[in-house]
Amino acid sequence: MIRRKHELVIIGAGPAGLAAALEAEKAGIDDILLIERDEYLGGILQQCIHNGFGLDYFGEELTGPEYAERFIEDVIASKTKIKLKTMVIDISQDKKITALNEEDGMMFIEAKSIILAMGCRERTREAIQIPGTRPAGILTAGTAQRFINIEGYLPGEKVVILGSGDIGLIMARRMALEGAKVKGVLEIMPYSSGLVRNKVQCLDDFGIPLKLNHTINRIYGKQRLEAVDIVEVDENLQPKLETKKRVECDTLLLSVGLIPENELSKSMGLKLAENSQGPYVNELRETDIPGVYACGNVLQVHDLVDYVSEEAEVAARAAADFINDNLERRNEEVEVIPGEGINYVIPHKISYKDDSRKLVRHFFRVSEPQENVKINIYDDSQQKLAGFSREIVTPGEIETIKLPEKLIPDNTKEITFVLEDEGEGINE
Amino acid sequence: MSAKFDIVIIGGGVIGTAIARRLSRYELDICLLEKDADVASGTSKANSGIIHAGYNAAVDTLKGRLNIKSNPLFDKIAEDLKVPFKRIGSLVVGFTEEDKEWLKKEKEMGESKGIKDLQLLDQKELLHQEPEIHSEASAALYAPTAGIISPYKLTIAQAENAVKNGVEIKLLSEVVDIRTKNGYIAGVILNSGEEIKTKVIINAAGLYADEIAAMVGERYKITPRKGEYNLFDKEYGDLVNHVIFPMPSKESKGILITPTVDGNLLLGPNSNPVEEKDDLAVTKEGLEEIWQGGTSLYPNLPRDGVIASFAGLRATLPSDDFKIEALNEPVGFIDVAGIQSPGLSSAPAIANMVAEILDDIRTSLQEELKLIEANFLPELEKQPSFQDYKQNLHEWQQIFLQNKKYGEVICRCEHVTRGEIEAELDKEFISPTLNGIKRRTRAGGGRCQGGFCGPRIAEIIAEKIGISPLEVTKSGPGSEILWTRVKDVKPDRDIVYGMGDKS
Repeated sequence: MIRRKHELVIIGAGPAGLAAALEAEKAGIDDILLIERDEYLGGILQQCIHNGFGLDYFGEELTGPEYAERFIEDVIASKTKIKLKTMVIDISQDKKITALNEEDGMMFIEAKSIILAMGCRERTREAIQIPGTRPAGILTAGTAQRFINIEGYLPGEKVVILGSGDIGLIMARRMALEGAKVKGVLEIMPYSSGLVRNKVQCLDDFGIPLKLNHTINRIYGKQRLEAVDIVEVDENLQPKLETKKRVECDTLLLSVGLIPENELSKSMGLKLAENSQGPYVNELRETDIPGVYACGNVLQVHDLVDYVSEEAEVAARAAADFINDNLERRNEEVEVIPGEGINYVIPHKISYKDDSRKLVRHFFRVSEPQENVKINIYDDSQQKLAGFSREIVTPGEIETIKLPEKLIPDNTKEITFVLEDEGEGINE
Repeated sequence: MSAKFDIVIIGGGVIGTAIARRLSRYELDICLLEKDADVASGTSKANSGIIHAGYNAAVDTLKGRLNIKSNPLFDKIAEDLKVPFKRIGSLVVGFTEEDKEWLKKEKEMGESKGIKDLQLLDQKELLHQEPEIHSEASAALYAPTAGIISPYKLTIAQAENAVKNGVEIKLLSEVVDIRTKNGYIAGVILNSGEEIKTKVIINAAGLYADEIAAMVGERYKITPRKGEYNLFDKEYGDLVNHVIFPMPSKESKGILITPTVDGNLLLGPNSNPVEEKDDLAVTKEGLEEIWQGGTSLYPNLPRDGVIASFAGLRATLPSDDFKIEALNEPVGFIDVAGIQSPGLSSAPAIANMVAEILDDIRTSLQEELKLIEANFLPELEKQPSFQDYKQNLHEWQQIFLQNKKYGEVICRCEHVTRGEIEAELDKEFISPTLNGIKRRTRAGGGRCQGGFCGPRIAEIIAEKIGISPLEVTKSGPGSEILWTRVKDVKPDRDIVYGMGDKS
């Protein structure tokens, strides 16, 4: 039985884990173990062969594998130890990790600090409970993407896509490029949940219709999918049955949301935040267990990998500081509250003092699309601390705000983000 | 030349396979025919998985008598076949004074049938047993002998054990006609055109028993009654501790909530007659109905915790009872029809009853059948499953050291290793489909429903069986999961950055 000890263990070698490994080493940690359950590094990026990655982080447009490769080469060249095809089974509150692989069997690993970078998984048909039969030909967009781009198989040729998440939009184009007939993308909400650029480049450019306010209310087919009933919904998302129309198809791709993979976080008893679906973290991406960090899609589902890399670097620097005992807590932690119109804000709280940093970057999503708004930030005495204008906001796109540290009063216990009409409150 | 058997069993459900296993004790040539790609593909795969205590079935019905006889037999069966089975007990939950009276009568009736240890619980005792139950639930009837089992694992294990004892199982073999000769059973014709000669046919065709019986002129009608279910994530498996029934209605025992032996939580079924025998569609109304039923007992059921919804069909006769009998003509045809609830609970007693019927008719067959006890091997070997070793990882390491494939986790949600999947594909009786693997190992049955591991399992099946991934199916021909080859794109990164390079 293998027993190992490491200063830092990173769980997951997708974009978050890779960036964290590099940054931690840069910050002086040289005993790092990177654990990945798949047989290669890079995570889901390796199946995202389309471009659009890296504009923010590298200032150029890369494909997923290219983006991953830049990190992989450096990680391979670094001192970081890597365990591929290794499944973490359990993590205890005192940072003992149990893992299993085909090389070593059971492994027990003690860590001073842990970075959780497990990513997310797709919601399935079951999560949305579409009535009908259970034939072959219904799969998540990401599984279809893996079949085409990694395994080299087309999963079907007459396709309907449910949900306008980015993977759904990307896969509409991908299936069309491989010669499949993509009959349309259905979105139950009155707005697309994917990035605008993906709607334009993946649907409009290929003449694939996006049907807003539409869903599927029945699935047909015994062995293989034969058809679906599509139906318009009213403002309460209830089907208008008179609009029901049967569409023949052999494949249904689902792009109905992503769920951070927090089974390990739950097993170690981490406090989770309901609104962001991941661990409850402070500005260093530290969870409620000191020395345990979370970054990337396990923390919040990101739109852009560039932000994942940045977030991982924040966590990695913090882990290095934790290992070297370099952190100074604030007298009072400041809770960051999502107020009216805001779905969630990350970080969930601000815990540390850091004179060297001027800004604390906040990521958030709004509850519904709006134009010409202000995001106003208040302290616990309803005093407005700052306001930021936006021409357009939508739940499909993460917003970020860099809040000057000096604007956060020492004695406030919480700050609240509120979405308000332009004109309300003062300008910054 | 056509194949020749002493006995042909039609239908590979829990009943057909129980009969096959029971009769494999004798030196007989037995063939079991199943029209689908695996056993347990009909009613046996989608039901509540409850072994009922039997207090509520009327003793003047066959199903009532067989349930009571069967219940005590399950401990040995489960042990022999290595099928997980837990006697967790059941609670029928009442809210009103009237309910309380009814529960009291039910207890007396159960006791008069010889069912042991029935207990009436008051509100305090009920809350102690089931802390999450509806706060207005005021009484319950507790039956400790009720249990939970995996109905498809039981069916598969019975099939495997029958095969071990010499039974031949033919999958994807639908009976399209029956041959008789001078009033005696002569054989069956399969959809492939193949004829199988036999002296005895046992009709355990479930929903299709009426169609099989009609082939020999026996007329009755099986009506499918649909039951819909929600399966919840393991996270919620301990929300309830017993099989929880509401007060029953005339049609059914009601919408129940129970932990499953695999650690999930199961809610259902409703009971609605349908036209088609393959109408396994879940409906919006049906899911709403079971949700109402469930939340009337447990108001805090987590809507987000549902990882699968499915429907099963009960095979019901107008008499609402089992029909287990040999026909006078043709001689050699034994009907085992109308096996609805408590069919699973009654399976071993049904198999015993069929053995008795066979003994009764064997001398009247055109050619006498001799029931000579063979060297019956009742047990299956336990297959190692990582799930069972979570508290005992050192022992798992020993299994791993024997075979390193038990270290490669394929299904991330259920933690199923390559070794477990390949072991199933190495068996004598297999169903090399995604569903076949899922039911045997749970790989692909977790919260991501095969999203991550589906492609890998397809690859393992293809490799092991020696077929193309394009030929791998979900549940038999017509359910292929892939369409065409696009190109060879598999990266060689596992070679470049392989294991051990950097550890």
